[in-house]
Amino acid sequence: MIRLDNLTKVFDTQKGAVVAADHINMEVPEGEICILLGPSGCGKTTTLKMINRIVKPTAGKVFINGDDTTGLDTQTLRRNIGYVIQQIGLFPNMTIEENITIVPKLLGWDKAKYKARAREMMAMIALEPDAFLKRFPSELSGGQQQRIGVARALAADPPVMLMDEPFGAIDPINRAVIQDEFLKMQQELNKTIMFVSHDIDEAIKMGDRVAVFREGKLVQYSTPDDLLAAPKNAFVESFLGEDRALKRLNLVKVREIVTDEIATVVPSDTLETAMAKIDDYGYQNAILMVNERKQPVGIINRSVARTTKGYCRDHFQAVPAVVDLDDDLRKAASLMFAHDQTWLPCVNDEGTVCGQITQRAMTSHLGARYRARQGDDRKPSAAIKE
Amino acid sequence: MPIRSIKGALKVLVLVAIFFAGVWSQSSGIIDEFVWYLPDVKYLMVQHIWLTVMSGSLAILVAIPLGIVLSRPKMANVAESLMQVLNVGTTIPTLAVLALSMSFLGIGTVPAVFGLFVATLLPITRNTYTGLKGVNPALMEAAAGIGMSPMQRLFKVELPNALYVIFAGMRTALTINVGTVPLAFLIGAGGLGELIFTGIDLYDPVMMLSGAIPTALLAIVVDALIALVAFLLVPRGVNPSRA
Repeated sequence: MIRLDNLTKVFDTQKGAVVAADHINMEVPEGEICILLGPSGCGKTTTLKMINRIVKPTAGKVFINGDDTTGLDTQTLRRNIGYVIQQIGLFPNMTIEENITIVPKLLGWDKAKYKARAREMMAMIALEPDAFLKRFPSELSGGQQQRIGVARALAADPPVMLMDEPFGAIDPINRAVIQDEFLKMQQELNKTIMFVSHDIDEAIKMGDRVAVFREGKLVQYSTPDDLLAAPKNAFVESFLGEDRALKRLNLVKVREIVTDEIATVVPSDTLETAMAKIDDYGYQNAILMVNERKQPVGIINRSVARTTKGYCRDHFQAVPAVVDLDDDLRKAASLMFAHDQTWLPCVNDEGTVCGQITQRAMTSHLGARYRARQGDDRKPSAAIKE
Repeated sequence: MPIRSIKGALKVLVLVAIFFAGVWSQSSGIIDEFVWYLPDVKYLMVQHIWLTVMSGSLAILVAIPLGIVLSRPKMANVAESLMQVLNVGTTIPTLAVLALSMSFLGIGTVPAVFGLFVATLLPITRNTYTGLKGVNPALMEAAAGIGMSPMQRLFKVELPNALYVIFAGMRTALTINVGTVPLAFLIGAGGLGELIFTGIDLYDPVMMLSGAIPTALLAIVVDALIALVAFLLVPRGVNPSRA
């Protein structure tokens, strides 16, 4: 757990005092990733660096796991905090092994233990120990170097990690891969992490919580979903971007908005039955046909059902798309757009149909929070704009 | 092909020239004259090397700590102006430095070593200082951030990463030092300058050359020696010659 208590930094410059961080109060619960987000010069990096005293706080306190760190010796404090920077900062004069084991050595581990730890770390970041440990940083690609940077920070198993735009200098494709790897590692490691980013998409992907900064002040601190659904003011809103409702698609699972009202036909039904069901349930285009195990096998088009006589088993077409309950709405929306559908059948892990997801349900779920807020504190003019 | 054949022809030409030079020097008796100076050369060369080793090692012992101290953040205010003073110091001709040191310390080995020490000090200090200042700030932040003490940062991160530049400074300084030692003869400290300057005064080119050629060879050897030490001592990851 990291708790910041009225943390403040004032820089004395030639133009007078500049408040880089103004009474920051926040708490990151144990095992969560908190993203500090904001435009450059907003105080997010200053706030992060005050935690390990790279920047000396003017006032305020930092608590780690409930203990006040103010009285702690700076080196002891830092050795117990993992630190990853954007420029990576691997020591070019040392081998990969020496880089990874540097903090364990500072902490006085014995040789056998830190050597074993280096191999363990390499396995964790999925790099072959025998191939890499004796090499030098300059012989590695940028992505590999930052993996080593993360391994170095984690080597002494600190409870807390600070990461200053760690993946900012890596190309987009590798960045996504490293982000995924890191999230997977975090599921096992359960570190408390503060992470500076200026990339809203990265914040939503990586963060359990997001803290938005502006001009040295903490403007909003909430979960990514709350942030996107209910931005506190116009600044946060504009920083999140006009497509913030779309960004929420990533965060909501199909499971949350699926309805079990779905009408289906079986192959032995007549097309008349199908037509009747289409009208009863108000489907515009087609109805789903399932087999005896309730697995989707095809669709009956409305035009076919209306004009033809016979059995469903002779007149069905392939199912355009189905979504899984654990898919996110982004995938569901993409499939709907691609296949020009207003609804999609949903299947569970066994592949049996368990409901449907409609465009209407998606838009009403995403819009619910906006409408609720417009009701209470929105000015009419702003409401119209939206 | 034409370039190759031109090169081949040049090689043959050079070999022929060397051969005739050898024939000429033997027939003119010049080699015997050189051989006649050999005991002198041996004796003076020991003096010469001694002067270089004394003044050079003194300079290294003083210059590197001085460069380290100047590069500390606490010294940032005075360091730049002090480096400027040192820079101005480098522009004073070594002969003038020797003359000055003679007027304070008299003649002999001591003022010579002192004068050479001053002349050698400056390039090493400057390279140590710029080398340390040039270490990537991201490395320094990483080193601080993972909890290294200032001393650990200096010895594990700063110095290894600045070492190549520091060695370049030593190489320049000591090579120049070897080439400057002949001037020490002028204030009575001996060395191969004795043959060079006496040779000039007596208009005896063989005598002059038997001082000048060993001096030049010595400079080349010193340069190669320091390059070798740098090659072995600078860590592989930051050593351009071992990349």
